[in-house]
Amino acid sequence: MSEDHEMMCGIEIHQQLDTRKLFCACESRLCDDGVGAYFRKLRPIAGEIETVDRAALAQAQKDTGFIYQCAPGATCLVDLDEEPPHGPDAEALETSLIFSELVNASVVDEIHFMRKIVVDGSNTSGYQRTALIASDGHIEVNGRRIGILSVCLEEDAARKVEDTGSLVTYRLDRLGIPLIEVATAPDMRTPEEVLEVAARLGTLLRATKRVKRGIGTIREDLNISIPGGARTEIKGAQELRLLPDYVRNEVNRQRMLLRIRDILSERGTGPAPLETADVTALFEDCGSKVIRSAVKDGGRVVAVRLPGFGGVLNGDDGALRLGAEMAQHARTKGVKGIFHSDELPGYGIGGEHVDRLRGFLGMTGDTDAFAICASDGKRAVDALTAAVNRANAALIGVPEETRDPLPDGTTRYSRPLPGAARMYPETDVMPIGITQERLESIRDELPELPEAVEKRLCAEHGINAQQARQLIRSGYDGLFVAIVAEHGMAAIAATTLLNTFSELEAEGEDPSAFTDTQLSGLFGMLKDDAFSKEAIPAILKEMTKGVDADQAVAALGLETVGDDEAAAVIAAIVDERADFVREKGMAAVGPLMGPVMGALRGRIDGKQANDLLVKEIRRLIG
Amino acid sequence: MTYSESILKLLSSISADTGDVLSVVSRGRSYRGTLMPHHDLSSPDVLIIKLGSGYNVGVRIYGDSTAEVVGKHAAEAVTEATAECVQGLPRVAVIGAGGTISSRMDRVTGTVRPMLSASAVAAAAPEVSRIACIEARSLFSLFSDSMDSGHWQELARAAAAAMDGGAEGIVILHGTDTMGYTAAALSFMLQGASCPVVLVGAQRSSDRPSSDAPSNLTAAVRFCVDGGRKGVFVVMHDTLGDDSFAVHLGTRVRKMHTSRRDAFRSSDSMPVAHIDADGRITYNDCMSEPAREPELKDAMEKRTLLLQAYPGMDPAVFEDAVMGSRGVVIAGFGMGHTGTAMIPLVKKACDAGITVVIASQCLGGTTDLTMYETGRALLQAGAVPAGDMLPETAYVKLMWALANHDGAEEVGRIMQTPLAGEMSDRRTADV
Ligand SMILES: [Zn+2]
Repeated sequence: MSEDHEMMCGIEIHQQLDTRKLFCACESRLCDDGVGAYFRKLRPIAGEIETVDRAALAQAQKDTGFIYQCAPGATCLVDLDEEPPHGPDAEALETSLIFSELVNASVVDEIHFMRKIVVDGSNTSGYQRTALIASDGHIEVNGRRIGILSVCLEEDAARKVEDTGSLVTYRLDRLGIPLIEVATAPDMRTPEEVLEVAARLGTLLRATKRVKRGIGTIREDLNISIPGGARTEIKGAQELRLLPDYVRNEVNRQRMLLRIRDILSERGTGPAPLETADVTALFEDCGSKVIRSAVKDGGRVVAVRLPGFGGVLNGDDGALRLGAEMAQHARTKGVKGIFHSDELPGYGIGGEHVDRLRGFLGMTGDTDAFAICASDGKRAVDALTAAVNRANAALIGVPEETRDPLPDGTTRYSRPLPGAARMYPETDVMPIGITQERLESIRDELPELPEAVEKRLCAEHGINAQQARQLIRSGYDGLFVAIVAEHGMAAIAATTLLNTFSELEAEGEDPSAFTDTQLSGLFGMLKDDAFSKEAIPAILKEMTKGVDADQAVAALGLETVGDDEAAAVIAAIVDERADFVREKGMAAVGPLMGPVMGALRGRIDGKQANDLLVKEIRRLIG
Repeated sequence: MTYSESILKLLSSISADTGDVLSVVSRGRSYRGTLMPHHDLSSPDVLIIKLGSGYNVGVRIYGDSTAEVVGKHAAEAVTEATAECVQGLPRVAVIGAGGTISSRMDRVTGTVRPMLSASAVAAAAPEVSRIACIEARSLFSLFSDSMDSGHWQELARAAAAAMDGGAEGIVILHGTDTMGYTAAALSFMLQGASCPVVLVGAQRSSDRPSSDAPSNLTAAVRFCVDGGRKGVFVVMHDTLGDDSFAVHLGTRVRKMHTSRRDAFRSSDSMPVAHIDADGRITYNDCMSEPAREPELKDAMEKRTLLLQAYPGMDPAVFEDAVMGSRGVVIAGFGMGHTGTAMIPLVKKACDAGITVVIASQCLGGTTDLTMYETGRALLQAGAVPAGDMLPETAYVKLMWALANHDGAEEVGRIMQTPLAGEMSDRRTADV
C-alpha cells in the first residue's frame, strides 16, 4: 500500500462556457481595455438579515469602495446592475444539462436560481447568481467510481484590475460568463488519482463542445484531508499538471502538523499567552537590516513568548515547520514576516541579542521559544497575535483553512474556511421546469464520449492510441480533426498539437490562445511548401505575438528557397572550408550538415540539404 | 402559499408547514430540506425545497410521491433595526409610503414586497443618524403603481403635521413608478411649505447589498439639513455611481428609464442642485422660494383625464370619457397638436365647461398653439396650452385647480400661472 493512500480529496471544477453571458446578451469575452469608472458601495441589507451577514458585510465594506469598468460589446446595463437579469442563456443551460447527463447526475425537476452573498465587490449586485442543476452522479476513472455531488450553473465574477486597499477596481467583462461548477465527493485517494479525475472531468466538459479554452477558463478547487487532519481547501488552481503536487504537499503538511501536535502533547505544552512585549530597546544596537529599517521608520520590535514550542518551529532538519505557518498568518496582517527562536541567531541577529531577549522574556526551559516582529507597532502586535493563535492551534492539530496555490506546487495560507454562504432566492429570475421528455431527448443525443473519439481518431487518421488520448485530454482533438480534414498531414498535426505545444507551454507561452484560423493558416502554408516542417516550432513561437502564419514566416525570413538559391548558399559554405573538405573527402558531409542547416534551417528540409551538400562536395573534390 | 390542490393535500396529510424540514421521495429520487413557499411562476405540481447546501430545487410531485416531516419549523426571532435619534441634531421626519426602497423578499410568500418600516430603511444607512435626528413613521406600504390622489392627500396631511410639529425637513420613502406624480401633487398641495419635503426612492430593492436606497436616503436627508431650500423635491442618483445625486424640483421631474439608478430627469430645467459623495451641495440656479404663508390645500378633482394623442386618434372612442369628466389633459404632438378629427370633441367639451389642456408629448420645450392651423383651431375651440409643463404635472395641476378654483375661466387662468416652478417663460441652452 502506498504511503499516500491515507488521504481524502474532492475536486470542484469551475469551467467557463463558450456561450453568451448567463443573464444578458453580451458576448462572453475579455477585453484589454476598460471604459468608464462607476463608483459603488455594497452595504448590509436592510431588515431581516442574519447577524453573520451583517458582520461580514460590515467588515468587507468598511471604507471600501468599488470602481467598475465596462468593456465594449462585453458589458451592458445588466452587468452594471442597472437592469434586471434576463432569463438564463439557453445554450448555457442546455450545456449544463448535457454535462449533468454525462456524469450520470439526476437533474432537478425545476431549476431555481439563488443569490449567494459575495462581499468583495466582484459582483456588482453583491451576490453571485447560481443554481443547482443536478446532483448525485458518478464517473468512472481507472475502474474506480467517483461520486459527483452537484452540478451547478453560475455566473463568473468581475476581474480585479487594481486594489489600493480602500478602492478596488474591477472590469466587468468577465462578470456573467457562465460557469459550470461540478463538485465531486471526497473519493480520491492518491495525488495521481486527483489528476486523473480532474482530467476526466475536463474531457467530459469539453465533450459538450461549448466550453472555453485557455488559461483562466477552468479553475480547480481541491478539498484535502487526512485521517486525524482537517479539511483544507486549495482554491483556484489553474494548472492541471500541478494538482498532484498540491495534494502531495498538503498531505505532507498535515502529517507534519499531526507530528508536531504529538510532540507538543508529549511535552505537555499548553497554549502560549497572547501577550506581546515591546522589546525595541533590547535591539538598539542590533545589526539586522530588517530591524534597523523598521525602527528607523518609527516602527517597534515586539516579542511574544512561546513556552514549549522550541524545536517545532523549525526542526528535524526542516521537516517540522510550524514557524513557516505562523509567518504566513502574520503576513495577512500586513507585515513582511517574523523571526522565531528556531532560526536565531541568524538574519543579522546575533547570539548576544538572542540571549538578552531570552533573559528579558524569562525563557529558561530547553523548549521555550519566542517570536519577534519589527514593524509599525500596532501591525506588529496584530501579526504576532495571529502567529501565536496559529501556534496554539497546533496543539489541537490541523486547522481548517483556505489556501492559495503557488506556481511551485506548494500552497500558502489565505484565510479561514468560510462558513456556508447564505443563499436567498433570486427573485428576478423565473424558475425553469425541466421535463423528462427534454432529458430523454438530451440522452438520445449525448456527445461522443472520449473513448469513442479515441477509437475514431486512430481508425480514421492513423495516429496511435496514446496520441489520440493525449489530444483528447488536452482538448485539441476537435482542432486536430479540423486541420486534418482541410490539409491532411495527420502525423505532423498530432506532433505539433502535442509536442510543440507542450514545448511552448514550458517556455511560458499559451498555445491555447491560437485561433483555429491562425493554425489552419499555418498548415495551409506548410501544405503549399511555403516552409519546411522543421520550422513549425519557430513559426508558432513567433505567432504567439498574435500574428498570422504568413506574417510570422515573413518576419523570420523562412520562405523556402529554391534549389538554385540553396545550392549557392551550400556552395559558399563548402568553399569557405575547402581545405577541410579536400582533406576529409566525402566524410566532410556529416560535419558540414551543421553549418548548412544553420544557414538554411526551416527553409529547406534535411534530405534536400544533404543531397545538395553531397553534390557540392563532389564538385569541389572533383 | 398557493400550491396546487394535490400538493396541498399531501402537505396537509403530513401536517407540513412552510419552514418545516421535509424528506421527499419522488420517482426514485429523494431530497431533504426546508419547505419553501410556492413561487408564483413555479409549476403547480412542483414542491420547492431548500437543501442543506442553501440551494432551492423544485421537486415534481406525482401520485405515488411521498413526503415526511423530519423537523418542525423553529421561528427565527426577527428584530428589525430602527433608526436612531441623536438629540441636538436637526429633526427630520421620515414618512414611509412603500415602494422598492421599502421592499425586501417576504419569506412567507416568496415575493418582494414593500414591507420594511421607514425606520428600518433609515437604519440601513447609519450615516443618516449622524446628520439628523430621524423621526420615522410608516404611513402605508404600497407599490406606487397602486397610489391615487387619496394617498397624495394623506401624505400631504402627514407632511403638514410634521411641519407643524417642528420638523426641519421631511423625507418621504416612495415607489419610483409614480413618484413624479406624487411630487407634483404635493408641490401644489403644500405651497409655501415651511421646510423641504423630499421624495426619495430606489431602483434596487433594499434587500440587495447594491441597493441605491441607503445612498439616496442619505443624500435626501443631507439636502433637508443643509439645503437651505423650501418646497417639494425628488432626490435620486444623478449618474450610475453611488457618489452623485440630483435634487429635482417636484413639478419638473419625470422617471425616464425603467431600471437605471439615474432614471429621474428634470425636464426643461436643470436639477435644482447636485450632491456629491461627501454631501457637498452645488446649486444650478439662484432661485429662492418667495416667502409665503404655508397653507395646506389638498382637495383634488378625480374626474380628470390624461390622454395621449396618437395618429388616427378616434374621438368616438373618447367622447363618453371626456364628456363625463371635469377636465382633460391631452399630451399632444410637437408644439401641442392633435389630429383635426379631435377638434370638434375638444370644442364640445370646452363649450360644456370642461377644461381641456394641451401639453406636448415631446416632454422638452413649450407648447405654442398659435403657429400652425391645428393649434389655432384648438385655441379657438377653447383649449388651454400647458406651456412647458410636463403632461403628468399638467394633469396633477388640473386635478388640483379644478378642486380648488371655481369656473372654467379661472381654472384656465390658474393652469397658465406658475405656482410651484412647474412652468416658465424662459428655457436655456444648457438643459
Ligand atoms: Zn451584459
